[in-house]
Amino acid sequence: MPRTPDVPVANTGDWNSSGHNGSRRTWLATCGQALGLGLSLPALPLLAGPDRKKRGASRPTSLITLFLAGGPSQLETWDPHPGTAIGGPTRSVKTTVPGVSIADGYPQVAEILNELTVIRSMISREGDHQRGVYLVKTGYRPDRTLTHPSVGAILAKERWDKTIEIPQHVSLGGGPQPARGGFLGAQYDAYKIYNPGGRLRNIAKRVSDKRQSRRLAGLEVVARTFRRGRAAATRGTQHQLMIERALSMMTSDQLKAFQLDLDDESQSTIDMYGDSNFGRGCLVARRLVQSGVRAIEVTLPGWDTHADNFEGHKTQSQILDPALFALVTDLKQHDLLDSTIVLVLGEFGRTPSINPLDGRDHWPQGFSCLVGGGGLASGRVIGATDPTGAKRKPTAPVEIADLFATILARLGVEHDREVITPIGRPIAYCEGQPLPALLGS
Amino acid sequence: MSTIRRLIPLLLVVAGLLALVRVVAGPARSTSRTPHKLDSRFATTSATARIDSWLHDRWKDEGLTPAAAATDLAILRRLSLALHGTVPSLEELRDFQSDTRPQRIERWTQRLLSDSRYATYVAERLGRVLVGVDEGPFLAFRSDRFHAWLADELAADRPWDRIVVSLVAARGLPTDRPATNFITVAQIDDDVDEEQLAGRSIRAFLGQRIDCAQCHDHFFDPRWKQAHFQGLAAFYAPARFTALGVDDDRDRIFEITDHETKTTREIDPGVPFGAEWLPENGSNRRRLAAWLTDPRNKRFDRAIVNRAWGLMFGRPFYAPVDDLPDPGDPATRLLDLLAEDFRDNGRRLKWLFQALAASQPFRLDSRLPTDMDGGTVEVTREDLERHELAWAVFPLVRLRPEQVIGAMLQAASVKTIDRHSHLATRARRFFGEQDFVQEYGDLGDEELVEQAGTIPQALLRMNGRLANELISAASGFTAPGAIADASDGDDRLCLATCFEVCVGRMPEAEESAVFLEWLKGTSGQKRYRAVEDIFWSLFNSPEFSWNH
Repeated sequence: MPRTPDVPVANTGDWNSSGHNGSRRTWLATCGQALGLGLSLPALPLLAGPDRKKRGASRPTSLITLFLAGGPSQLETWDPHPGTAIGGPTRSVKTTVPGVSIADGYPQVAEILNELTVIRSMISREGDHQRGVYLVKTGYRPDRTLTHPSVGAILAKERWDKTIEIPQHVSLGGGPQPARGGFLGAQYDAYKIYNPGGRLRNIAKRVSDKRQSRRLAGLEVVARTFRRGRAAATRGTQHQLMIERALSMMTSDQLKAFQLDLDDESQSTIDMYGDSNFGRGCLVARRLVQSGVRAIEVTLPGWDTHADNFEGHKTQSQILDPALFALVTDLKQHDLLDSTIVLVLGEFGRTPSINPLDGRDHWPQGFSCLVGGGGLASGRVIGATDPTGAKRKPTAPVEIADLFATILARLGVEHDREVITPIGRPIAYCEGQPLPALLGS
Repeated sequence: MSTIRRLIPLLLVVAGLLALVRVVAGPARSTSRTPHKLDSRFATTSATARIDSWLHDRWKDEGLTPAAAATDLAILRRLSLALHGTVPSLEELRDFQSDTRPQRIERWTQRLLSDSRYATYVAERLGRVLVGVDEGPFLAFRSDRFHAWLADELAADRPWDRIVVSLVAARGLPTDRPATNFITVAQIDDDVDEEQLAGRSIRAFLGQRIDCAQCHDHFFDPRWKQAHFQGLAAFYAPARFTALGVDDDRDRIFEITDHETKTTREIDPGVPFGAEWLPENGSNRRRLAAWLTDPRNKRFDRAIVNRAWGLMFGRPFYAPVDDLPDPGDPATRLLDLLAEDFRDNGRRLKWLFQALAASQPFRLDSRLPTDMDGGTVEVTREDLERHELAWAVFPLVRLRPEQVIGAMLQAASVKTIDRHSHLATRARRFFGEQDFVQEYGDLGDEELVEQAGTIPQALLRMNGRLANELISAASGFTAPGAIADASDGDDRLCLATCFEVCVGRMPEAEESAVFLEWLKGTSGQKRYRAVEDIFWSLFNSPEFSWNH
């Protein structure tokens, strides 16, 4: 993987797991001063900043959503019913939560399940992919008159940090319908990285420093002509501001959070996440949290198993199991789990009945998700589905909006805050109610 | 997408054969000639005078001094962006500059409206309102068929009410009768989502938003009741899908299940106002179409006039476009007047665009006098807003992604890119545009909603692959290369041409001072690099990606 030439390669050492916090950076700065270079160092990653002394839950909180696009089967993930008519060939495996088992494709997740809560009673009212994804990203059903912001966009807006030069809402790994800013504005759309750990798109300038300076000088003179007579209007466009932000991003040291070729992660850490696009996305997500990015989604597509459900889910588990295990373990090792909520869900579950193609179809009632970290309750199970599949409704049903209300509340965002949309209609960030069981009470 | 890419060679061959047939069969380039005098169909004098006098009164009342008149070149750029989604080509600019006959803008508006790019581009914009950009049952292939159909209707300037009737009452196979796609986008198995169709019909054709009344009486707008919404939805209930496509089964009735009582009620078709316009006979959808388009239904004409204003100015006369006040409301008085003229002139969109293009507000500068050269008083945000609200200055509006890439592709080509263009050019436009629009952030069916710029957009313009290829002078196929070669030795000509193709104006003294220095004494590769850098500076300027 070639190194992006325009990104400074000096290693600040701050996210180096070897623990030399900031020492090299201090050294660099001292040398810079001694040599009279006026070396201006970009904003530091979280762990070296003023929050350095903060520990555990007192740190600013982030949200990492692992989005399982296509609709994972609850029966082949977190809610298996082996030995029943609906269970299929899936076996279960005991976990670190006494009395709780999950599907046998997830032996590693089983080891860390005590760090998370399993919700087995998620309900949605959307059984179509596009509408379902909209609901589980925004907490609202699609409405043709406005686009709701995703939870990540709300968080990015509410927790905007001026010292961060890279996007503060990031979507890793592609997949359908990346999270959007909706009526909050396109500036809160998730920044899309299709190939986590690889080169960022459009980030490297195309010419030498000298020509780039000339081009920017040319741009400035043309922009000045345009501003004449249109000063206020031109400011309103934010065109200049976006170019400045783009330029500072292009040369930002914080871009390193996106790179996995810097030798600042041990090989064992990289290996732990698994050799997959999704695994690399999870590792990049952890690095972004360290850099102060508050809202990240990592997408793993491929769950729409209308045919060959069991083989399909086996393949998926081989990607998800190590990546999720690694993410939780790694966050914990970096003392970041208490300040980072990890949410694992898809747009719906799959039918208890098995169709003639050995597949399962869409099932928006009684599907499962995992959520934990960030000070949420852990080691719990909320809700249950009927092992015979006869009852459609799970016990203790949880609406997506309630889950998001809980997450926003835990992240310190007033979940029911009303904002005025561009069409003048007041609308709450989230219409759900926080779940006491998840808040730890 | 990757499947499509693999099919590119095959598609190119097929497209090539089609293009050959078209070029041979059709009169070559007949569309791009400027008429010597204005077609009588485009007599818009009274409507234009109405706009002008109404706004004059408003400016007088509010004590506003309108901006000065914009240059003809600036107006041509606006027209081109509004009607073709791109900037004028160098070819067109030269043609325009050498045209000295009277009524130049009016005749050029007519020329632009006769060009196939008008039909294609406006069909794309209106299509977002009519069928959205959702995936699902609306396959890409059918979407293409639908847009081609709509483009044909627009090219023929079929009356807007006839187009709407075709959509609402459409029957047949989606492939054979592309208008039926208006219905099929709401397909659920062999049935339709009546509520989706009702909401869309009222938003798109009447400029009213009654979707909130789907679940309850409208909270903020007492005009709309839940019963209204249900009555409208019931008109679509008979629509169904069979092997023969969309048709109606009169026995199908719209039923509502009450969430509380779990009881089911049958809903009869009904309209929220103007019951006397609803014909008694005919299929439900035909009756609804007749009611929507009845000449007495003022909302119908106002809605499209407002949308057309939005396409021309980048900002609708009244926003949001689908939440207009009632006819007669002082805020939309001008829309009422224009709507009557539109209706009385046969509800033809070309007439409407021509009337708007001829109006004074469309021809005002986007600068305010107090803020211009030498002026020490800067216009405040509030002052600007007052002028903008009263259309006393042309508004600055971000171009849509399709317009930005359309402008880049056109600026980087000396020749006009249209359906007569070389196949490779058109293929590049097609695929380049798709990728660019996706990355720039497709606005989906959010038509005429204003947004500020974003960082990924700035990055894409500055560092993106396509933008970089387009400004590359070394390839020999692009305008930068051609300009550098053709102007060897004449730096002023070289610079002027760069400015004309990118921003449609000549460089100012301050700009010339900077850029001529880059060109001075250069030749070969060095000159190429200078021209590339000039193009880069222009492509990334606010002037390039904002309408003004």
